[in-house]
Amino acid sequence: MLLALRGATVRFGERAVLDAVDLEIAEHEIVCVLGPSGSGKSTLLRAVAGLQPLDSGRVVLDGRDQAGVPAHKRGVGLMFQDHQLFPQRDVGANVAFGLRMHGESKRQQADRVKELLDLVGLPGAGRRAVAALSGGEQQRVALARALAPSPRLLMLDEPLGQLDRSLRERLVVELRELFGRLGTTVLAVTHDQGEAFALADRVVVMRDGRIAQSGSPLQVWQRPADAFVARFLGFENVVEATVGAQAADTPWGKVPVPEGAPQGTRTLLVRPAGVHLVPADSGLRCTVAARTFRGTHVAVHLQPEDAPRLEAACALRAAPEVGDEVGVDFDAAEIVVLN
Amino acid sequence: MPVAFFAVFFAYPVAAIVARGLKADGTWHLGRIGEVLAQSDVRHVLWFTTWQAFVSTALTLIVALPGAYVFARFHFPGKQVLRAVVTVPFVLPTVVVGTAFLALVGRGGLLDELWGVRLDTTVWAILLAHVFFNYAVVVRTVGGLWAQLDPRQEEAARMLGASPLRAWRQVTLPALAPAVAAAALMVFLFTFTSFGVVQILGGPTFSTLEVEIYRQTSEIFDLSTAAVLTLIQFVAVGAILALHAWTVRRRETALRLVDASVTARRPRGAGQRALLGGVLVTVAVLLVLPLAVLVQRSLGAPGFGYYRALTSEDGGFFLVPPIEAIGNSLSYAVAATIIAVVIGSLAAVALTRRDAGRFVRGFDALLMLPLGVSAVTVGFGFLISLDEPPLDLRSSWILVPLAQALVGVPFVVRTMLPVLRAVDVRLREAASVLGASPWRVWREVDLPIVRRALLIAAGFAFAVSLGEFGATVFIARPDRPTLPVAVARLLGRPGDLNYGQAMALSTILMMVCAVALLVLERLRTDRTGEF
Repeated sequence: MLLALRGATVRFGERAVLDAVDLEIAEHEIVCVLGPSGSGKSTLLRAVAGLQPLDSGRVVLDGRDQAGVPAHKRGVGLMFQDHQLFPQRDVGANVAFGLRMHGESKRQQADRVKELLDLVGLPGAGRRAVAALSGGEQQRVALARALAPSPRLLMLDEPLGQLDRSLRERLVVELRELFGRLGTTVLAVTHDQGEAFALADRVVVMRDGRIAQSGSPLQVWQRPADAFVARFLGFENVVEATVGAQAADTPWGKVPVPEGAPQGTRTLLVRPAGVHLVPADSGLRCTVAARTFRGTHVAVHLQPEDAPRLEAACALRAAPEVGDEVGVDFDAAEIVVLN
Repeated sequence: MPVAFFAVFFAYPVAAIVARGLKADGTWHLGRIGEVLAQSDVRHVLWFTTWQAFVSTALTLIVALPGAYVFARFHFPGKQVLRAVVTVPFVLPTVVVGTAFLALVGRGGLLDELWGVRLDTTVWAILLAHVFFNYAVVVRTVGGLWAQLDPRQEEAARMLGASPLRAWRQVTLPALAPAVAAAALMVFLFTFTSFGVVQILGGPTFSTLEVEIYRQTSEIFDLSTAAVLTLIQFVAVGAILALHAWTVRRRETALRLVDASVTARRPRGAGQRALLGGVLVTVAVLLVLPLAVLVQRSLGAPGFGYYRALTSEDGGFFLVPPIEAIGNSLSYAVAATIIAVVIGSLAAVALTRRDAGRFVRGFDALLMLPLGVSAVTVGFGFLISLDEPPLDLRSSWILVPLAQALVGVPFVVRTMLPVLRAVDVRLREAASVLGASPWRVWREVDLPIVRRALLIAAGFAFAVSLGEFGATVFIARPDRPTLPVAVARLLGRPGDLNYGQAMALSTILMMVCAVALLVLERLRTDRTGEF
């Protein structure tokens, strides 16, 4: 294991921002920590970097306990949320900073700066002023600066947070390709699930300083560990239910469940694709409360009588109008029994 | 180390004053305070000091607030130059200001020649000189903040149905009020402790506490009355400073600030043009004219006669040609600048440490004290405390730079502190993660950002020490006068030649200070500082 956290705990006053976190990252792995703001994900990075002392637990890098090792001797890279480029230095000097700190020769520095600026798609930008860069360019320079000293672990704090959507979607693909080619070990944190799923080999969902779930993007998406993770991923059809052999009792009535689902009082997730619209005289009777255009489909918000709202995914043409009366039928294949 | 510096060179002299004033034959006589206060001339001085400070402050605000608005919100050609011009008076030595106004409104002055108007024995000369002096304080403190207030705040109020005046009153004025209060208190403080201006323009009739302390010490030799007066002033200044610290803290409440360069625009319409014109005329008449007259008077004798007279031995009164004062001033100023920058930087760094405790934060206010406690107090304190064992520095040249540094340190701290505080902690962390040791982090991240502020601070300390009069006049040795001391001595003697030489020497001093300031203006990027 390249990085291992063992019971890492950080308290700010009474509150545990990191609460006995165990996490392991193998070499060449790209791990993305996903969580709402205040879940402790940035503190996790700072603890690994040595910028935030642990109250208890250990950070182990390459088998060596990092207790007492100051930040500048840990050999990890950290790309800050708002980049934190040095304003009084030009692009080249920013990228060369870490190399200089490690005592590399001027020649080596110049070669490496050129190599990295080519790598991040800013060839020849070495003499430009940092203040004159666009947000996307700053992000690239920050990445080049973090990569320059070849850290054994690269950490990214909301790497694409401040960029606009189209740029973000393009850069996340570029980043993944780049890390794959370089074989970089990466620990990134983000609150954006799309970013996490696109970037990571493994996603770690955090809640209140604890790890709520860890797994491949597909695993996490298909089988959220609990109601919190499901809601955080954007699923709204989450209810308490009594699960029997073939069907579950829910506020929406009897809902079929997949074969072999665990039984008893459980949390049930119904994906929007599993909510089929049928004529109003069959199935659960609902009123269309709102509809949101989502590009490939329309999300239809349905209000049943005496039950929580349901979200359904509809083909563009088949979507009903607001105020229409419709019936609802459930598809067992799109229903997940959690925990 | 800064603490030790202040203990020895500030706290100890002040304690000595207290002892001198209230202790006789080894016992304390607190009744002395009452006795001194009961004297009618002392009460007169107190009353005059207070009311002239009030009126000066009010006048300065009335004259300078439109200026603050114009500088904050309008673009016009020559704005940068004009901003520097406006600031020149603030760094000018009080002696120069006094002399300039003497040339304008005094006997044989410009107004006297044109219309036979003389103001030099009236209080108006003092008030005008105070406005001249403090115009920049208001323009910089209030205007600096005003320029950074987001105009969209006012626009938001307009969209919610407020008239332009109402929007200004409801949105901008509350945001500005603490800055106006802080500036007003600063002006009040400076005018309350005014020395050089009153000394030169006040004549025998008008006397502030500072002037009275000086008179009691050097003319009447009543040290214990002087000590009591110093204590009274000390208490008053302490109260003003506490009030100032409080308003400044209130000013720090979160305001939406934007880059000053985006809020200004060209004046539109007759009203705004008239306002701009009015401010320009005010600046020309009030700030530029006195200095121009000073220069013109100094050239009054044919062939630079007054300037050439400066280089000659003029028999007895000076032990050296007055021109040597330039060299003295410069060498003292260099020494004082070094001391002030070293002490001030150490103090500023100590104050920005994140683990700074209550004690250190209290020290922040303490550092401001010498600024307001008045130069005369410092000089008087040095005179009575550092002339005998354990510390006998009376015959050492270092005494003058030490006193001047004491006055300069608050400027250094005030300039460095905001910059040091503004260095983003995460910038340091970024350097640290890239492999920089703590010392390296300071050198690579903090120093490049602070370097400019350090130069500005040094410039301020230099200008302050060049023009320092109140403390220096007590302790400068007769054979080594500084420029301001030499000017004051020349003015104290009758005859046109002496008068002309004073004008010439003042002009030289003004030039040196103006050059120092123009260099500073070029270095300065942000205009939000206190001064």
